[in-house]
Amino acid sequence: MTKPAATADMATAGAAAAAAAAAAAAGDRPAPLRGDWDVAVVGGGLVGASIALGLCRSGLRPLVLDGEDLDLRASRANFALVWVQGKGVGAPHYALWSKASAEGWPQLAALLRETTGIDVSLNQRGAFSFALSQGELDRYRDEMERVAAETAGAAAPYEVLSHNELRDRLPAVGPEVVGAIYSPADGHVNSLRLLRALHAALPALGAGYRAHHRVERIEPLHAGFRLFGPWGDLVVPRVVIAAGTGAEALAPMVGLRVPLTRSKGQVLVTEKCEPFFDYASATIRQTDEGGVMIGDSEETGTDSIAARADISAVLAQRAIRVFPRLADVNVVRSWAGFRVKTLDGLPVYEQSARHPGAFAVACHSGVTLAAAHALTVAPQIAAGALAPDLAVFASRRFDVPPSA
Amino acid sequence: MFRRLHEPAEPVRFTFDGRPLTAAAGDTVAAALLAAGVREVRRSVVGGEPRAPYCLMGVCFDCLVTIDGVQNRQSCLTEVREGMEVRSQQGRRRLEGAE
Amino acid sequence: MTAAAASRDIAGPITHAADLADRYDVVVVGAGPAGLSAAVEASGRLAASGGSVLLLDENPSPGGQIYRAVTRRPRRPDDCLGADYWAGLPLADAFAASPAAYAPGATVWGVEPCGAGEGGAGKGHEPPLVGVSLGGAARRIAAGAVILASGAMERPMPVPGWTLPGVMTAGAAQIALKSADAVPAGRIVLAGCGPLLYLLAWQLLRAGAEIAAILDTADPGQRLAALRALPDFLRSPYVAKGLSLLAQVRRRVPVHGGIESLAIEGDGRAEHVLYRQRGRAGNIAAASIDADCVLLHQGVIPSTHLAAAAGCRIEWNAVQRAFQPATDDVGRSSVAGILVAGDGAGIGGAPHAAVAGRIAALAALADLGRLADADCRRALESLRRERARWRRGRAFLDRLYQPAAAFRAPRDPATIVCRCEEVTAGTLRKTVALGVPGPNQLKTFLRCGMGPCQGRLCAQTVTEIMAEERGVDPSAIGTYRLRSPVKPLRLSELAALPVPPDAVSAVTGEPPAKGPSESPADAR
Repeated sequence: MTKPAATADMATAGAAAAAAAAAAAAGDRPAPLRGDWDVAVVGGGLVGASIALGLCRSGLRPLVLDGEDLDLRASRANFALVWVQGKGVGAPHYALWSKASAEGWPQLAALLRETTGIDVSLNQRGAFSFALSQGELDRYRDEMERVAAETAGAAAPYEVLSHNELRDRLPAVGPEVVGAIYSPADGHVNSLRLLRALHAALPALGAGYRAHHRVERIEPLHAGFRLFGPWGDLVVPRVVIAAGTGAEALAPMVGLRVPLTRSKGQVLVTEKCEPFFDYASATIRQTDEGGVMIGDSEETGTDSIAARADISAVLAQRAIRVFPRLADVNVVRSWAGFRVKTLDGLPVYEQSARHPGAFAVACHSGVTLAAAHALTVAPQIAAGALAPDLAVFASRRFDVPPSA
Repeated sequence: MFRRLHEPAEPVRFTFDGRPLTAAAGDTVAAALLAAGVREVRRSVVGGEPRAPYCLMGVCFDCLVTIDGVQNRQSCLTEVREGMEVRSQQGRRRLEGAE
Repeated sequence: MTAAAASRDIAGPITHAADLADRYDVVVVGAGPAGLSAAVEASGRLAASGGSVLLLDENPSPGGQIYRAVTRRPRRPDDCLGADYWAGLPLADAFAASPAAYAPGATVWGVEPCGAGEGGAGKGHEPPLVGVSLGGAARRIAAGAVILASGAMERPMPVPGWTLPGVMTAGAAQIALKSADAVPAGRIVLAGCGPLLYLLAWQLLRAGAEIAAILDTADPGQRLAALRALPDFLRSPYVAKGLSLLAQVRRRVPVHGGIESLAIEGDGRAEHVLYRQRGRAGNIAAASIDADCVLLHQGVIPSTHLAAAAGCRIEWNAVQRAFQPATDDVGRSSVAGILVAGDGAGIGGAPHAAVAGRIAALAALADLGRLADADCRRALESLRRERARWRRGRAFLDRLYQPAAAFRAPRDPATIVCRCEEVTAGTLRKTVALGVPGPNQLKTFLRCGMGPCQGRLCAQTVTEIMAEERGVDPSAIGTYRLRSPVKPLRLSELAALPVPPDAVSAVTGEPPAKGPSESPADAR
């Protein structure tokens, strides 16, 4: 679907530049905005695009409505981990859900490669959690033991490594690393290429995609839903809210709830280096291109998107303690992003009881759970009902005061 | 490569990939390399293509070289010093002590 | 002589971050005409009250690019650079005599706006912080006001082969001439458009260099657009100088106009330039010319990285066809405490920048309450008049030399746009067709703009390509969002910055009250 470079016959910029951009973006594809879409997916990030991919595979024609270039986009600010380790303390269903998605990831990666030719560099060699004190290592071990106990042994395997045992596997770690947890279930991908692959797959599989189509209001109709935005409005039979931090405002309009808590994270990335660390870890990973990503922080009291140099300094200190050879490497970029974090940190999957046909999908692990979303959740949405085992992720859990 | 209009009043000796070269005091390393007849200072990180200083004003990062063992220095922003060891670079940074 | 000046005479330039004070009343970034004059103005007016001014500059000596090495270059009677270059010397001398502190070789990697450390920008009662790396160590320096005078860079001119050794910008050749007294050896081909291209040709000819040809890519369509601004230009200070220079160059060098496409080829280095030229009858002729060195230029654009990363609002200048920080009449950006002066706020040339630097300094001092309103008004009045003189004729030049579309958004799909990540125009155009919302999503998808130059050499082209593909104005496309560090910063330098308890806590998950912790609870 290429178009000629000459654009004289296209819409020229009007006074409302954004509207012109939206119109032109829509002009990139001949598919109509109204009419024959089976379902609208609100949000074009990793979650929305994964769901849309799965809906296509289930035979539906989804239309993905996305916002502006500079909207808050967790999909462009994540750490790219396919991560199971330590997840789901006190929530065994979440531990197993994450594990199942990680196990489904090779299938998703293969699917994307077949559909788009794009290799998202899935690496599931395992991952470490580096402990910089004995207390930290003890806590990590406790968490792993709790998850193992609560899942009756169904959780991912892991090892607790002393400093010397770790040194044998990773000679590059520094003397201040007391030990580590290692789990073979974890890994990472090239998450930027993942987002691109999903977006390249969507038109190939028949989905529509519209940038500059932020949805500001959803009105339940007798049959279907009417979506409103600065771009106009649209009636669709079904709607999936996958709007990240924007889901909190949209969900109540269709009888759903996605209560979020504010959580900002910061990441550093270095210049490209020769490969030195072929695993993942919670705080340091090397991309397949060579850049080293260093994370992660959490601030809960700010709405400023600016990255703080003093927080970057703490990230840098800890990275050098883990891998002293990183000391001379140059940081070339940093960024901050807001996590899509629910009150208990677990995902929300729910169909509206009051307005069936409206679904909410929200989580802060859009990479890890991409396989579950594309391969498990989306087919259920397409079939019209979420499976009973996803009921634990419904928002009514927030009605109960959380136990201490 | 470049030629100088006048002989340097204060010559400075340095090396590029072990080859002894002469610069003028106050030169940036990039200018000194060009004036000494060096055409190529590195191979690009992604495609392995030959690169040389392009903007000489700190913007393009094509003049990256290793100076006295420190990799990825912008040679157009670094003043040449007597005895400086400058090396060309091949692609990505190497991590000291890496296996 | 003030105490500050006396101490500087003893101490000389500051060469290590540890020798910087924690705070200055005014921090100026960049030692070109705008920065030098801002530092002179501010330090002169603050001298009596003991105020402090710091000028941070990336280069080893003052002058910026336009007056590069002006304090170091031997001034020979037959000097090839011309009187406009040497006009920078009095400015540099005035700065040397001023009480302002001076740190050359300093890399400013970020400016954090007021209150950035405490829950968001815009609180206003905390000073901006300037992140600087100097002598192998990083510091964050507080500033009552920051004046960004980061100047201009050359507009990228992506043509096939522009990454080959032997291809440089015209500005680079000029810098080599000014700072190293060196000219390209062998056959030189100049390609592009704009006054600087011809100025460089004139200087190279005076230096005895061999210019094989000038390939002028100026868009003939712009001549009509420029006509309206012609009367203004004819009254401008540029006209006499410019015409005489052009005539001298044309007498000695073949100038080929109507160039519609360029490609540089060679085995591992530039060897020849292929070009297509539109003749007077509209016929297109293809030709090739041998070259040892190809110098590209199609005008200059503001260097906006620091301002953008500081959160200053960036706007599109349709006449100059470039993004620039939005500023008011005296240089205040949209962020409290951060001003932008000179070409970094919109191209106006060196004499204009020198006046703009003084204006910004006055505004900064007035905002800080260090200059009486009446004094400020009086001083601004004459400076505004002077500035108007240097703005005269600019509109004509901007329109006349607006680069042709084919050189702003390359047509050949194999042309590299992002030199760091080696992303081509064809890949960009194909990915735009996926419907991406803007340049930041493109950056995510393709890594263009993610290399060490952080998009300096591709941002402009990416916006132009996307605007062309969409058929909209570049203002509707926007540009990359940037964050500090805007220049590479060693991890160990970053790690050595002081960290308040709340920053540690944000990483370790431990409550701040416990202070720096060894045991991150929520690292996962």
